[in-house]
Amino acid sequence: MSAVSANSFITSKKLTLSDPNWVRYVLIGLTLGIIGLFLLLPLLTVLVEAFAKGWTAYSSSLTHPDALAAMRLTLFIALITVPLTTVFGVSAAWAIARFDFRGKSLLITLIDLPFSVSPVIAGLIYVLIFGAQGWLGPWFSEHDIKIIFAVPGIVLATLFVTFPFVARELIPLMQEIGHEEEEAALSLGASGWQTFFRVTLPNVKWGLLNGVLLCNARAMGEFGAVSVVSGHIRGLTNTLPLHVEVSYNEYDFVGSFAGASLLAALAVVTLVFKTVLEWKQNQDKKLKAKG
Amino acid sequence: MSISVNHISKHFGSFSALDNISLDIPEGELVALLGPSGCGKTTLLRIIAGLEQADQGDVFLKGDKVTDKPVKNRQIGFVFQHYALFRHMTVFENVAFGLRVKPRSERPGEAIIHKKVHDLLGLVQLDWLHDRYPDQLSGGQRQRIALARALAVEPSVLLLDEPFGALDAGVRKDLRQWLRNLHHDLNVTSIFVTHDQEEAMEVASQVVVLNHGRIEQQGAPGDIYDHPANAFVSRFIGQTNVFNLEEHDSDWLQAAGLPTAQHYGKIAHVRPHDIVIEKSRADSDAFVTLKDWQHLGALIRIELVKNGSAASVYAEMPNDQFRRLHLNKGDKVDLRIRHAHWFH
Repeated sequence: MSAVSANSFITSKKLTLSDPNWVRYVLIGLTLGIIGLFLLLPLLTVLVEAFAKGWTAYSSSLTHPDALAAMRLTLFIALITVPLTTVFGVSAAWAIARFDFRGKSLLITLIDLPFSVSPVIAGLIYVLIFGAQGWLGPWFSEHDIKIIFAVPGIVLATLFVTFPFVARELIPLMQEIGHEEEEAALSLGASGWQTFFRVTLPNVKWGLLNGVLLCNARAMGEFGAVSVVSGHIRGLTNTLPLHVEVSYNEYDFVGSFAGASLLAALAVVTLVFKTVLEWKQNQDKKLKAKG
Repeated sequence: MSISVNHISKHFGSFSALDNISLDIPEGELVALLGPSGCGKTTLLRIIAGLEQADQGDVFLKGDKVTDKPVKNRQIGFVFQHYALFRHMTVFENVAFGLRVKPRSERPGEAIIHKKVHDLLGLVQLDWLHDRYPDQLSGGQRQRIALARALAVEPSVLLLDEPFGALDAGVRKDLRQWLRNLHHDLNVTSIFVTHDQEEAMEVASQVVVLNHGRIEQQGAPGDIYDHPANAFVSRFIGQTNVFNLEEHDSDWLQAAGLPTAQHYGKIAHVRPHDIVIEKSRADSDAFVTLKDWQHLGALIRIELVKNGSAASVYAEMPNDQFRRLHLNKGDKVDLRIRHAHWFH
């Protein structure tokens, strides 16, 4: 008798906890459908279009001097902006997590500003400041320094849009970890730098790497802000995303989609790295917690 | 003097955490900074360590003025309430940390580090855990590792911030005894912060009682218990019955054996073991009613109520003595006060 009632209890529990099968299938189907339609199909189109005229056309459009220059510039921009954003992110997170000061919440809001401002506005800001008619433009042109429609402008615009990535990742992490381990290191005779490299950095390394990865993806893929300040000079100020647009506007579909395929590959590589990072981080945690 | 603190004051905004504190601690003592939470005891410890800066006053360690020295140059060992072990390092690396970050000229070789770390892990009886990570240890183990780590740099003073505060009652009791023994063997001048008066009395050779950022009393545990300097110390250390002459009938206290004439306007503090109860004689004026009692092991704690009063009076007496009185709840008993401290 008691066995029967226990059984009926279990079935009733099952019924209340799980939805009917058709709900499950509809939801899963809907999700897969949306992902396929809006994510996978475009990706496939990029590849199909890129290889529409065969492998030779694809490879020759990628080895075209303009395309190569665009790739080089994109790498160069990432090489400058990612370290700068990392240094900024770490120092901002340090300041916010460690010190109490007036206007701290305002600073946190300001760090988020690039996320809420349209990238085109970000580009325009720099045109208004450094452009020929801008505030500082005349002074710079007098001294023969070109910022707008040149590489420095692209760097500035990219810095603006990638600013928050590392800081955003580190601030909650460092606030959660707290200050005690660093105080312990100092009391044991470690210098500030030793404390930073031996205690602070290892504790936040996974978050930091994650932030750097996202920052890199954005730095290489940014279009809007860079488009405004770059001037689209072929072989000089065209980054890869700009190269894609310029080629497309000139009906060079293979060239355009070949460039796009590279950016798509970057996205895939980023995702793979991110997954590996998360996996490594979990392994790390498991290793330290296994009793 | 091993540790001297001269006229230290510290404010956090408008809150005065420490108010003109001066304190001398001789070589080799194990001192408890005792007080309720918010009394400034942790702040004082952190100022001595150099983790916090005082607004005014100076700190001396072994005669050297260290007020402006950064923490890393003060040669202190600091043990945190929540251990603060480096979570990404093994137990061995945690203990070795202080040796590895020494300037190259002073840094010992790998073989010496190895030996020293294993010696220290042996001292805290946890050598078998040397390759574990902090997450894999229990609270008591972590705190002992934290202590070994602090001792690795051979500190001239050891500072412990509520070292047992985050531990279970049983572990806490073991570690107290262990710390006392360890201090006896090492003889490093040590200060520990606690809000638990029992812990302070049990472990420390000297107790400093703090309240509202001031030192209320400093002395050996027995002295502080037997001769409290003021009403706060008397209430904070051990149990106390408070008799206000205005609330309690002066005649009743006289009948209980407490002369009140020369103490007009003062308050009597009476320890529970200074109250004696006997079966009531018919002619006594100092009778009370036995309300309840609790077994505290060797002692019985007796709750008494004076007729016409809601406040309870507590007495304590040995188990066997109480049994011989054959008392029941509701019995009338006579009360006699052997000794009282008088405070304003």
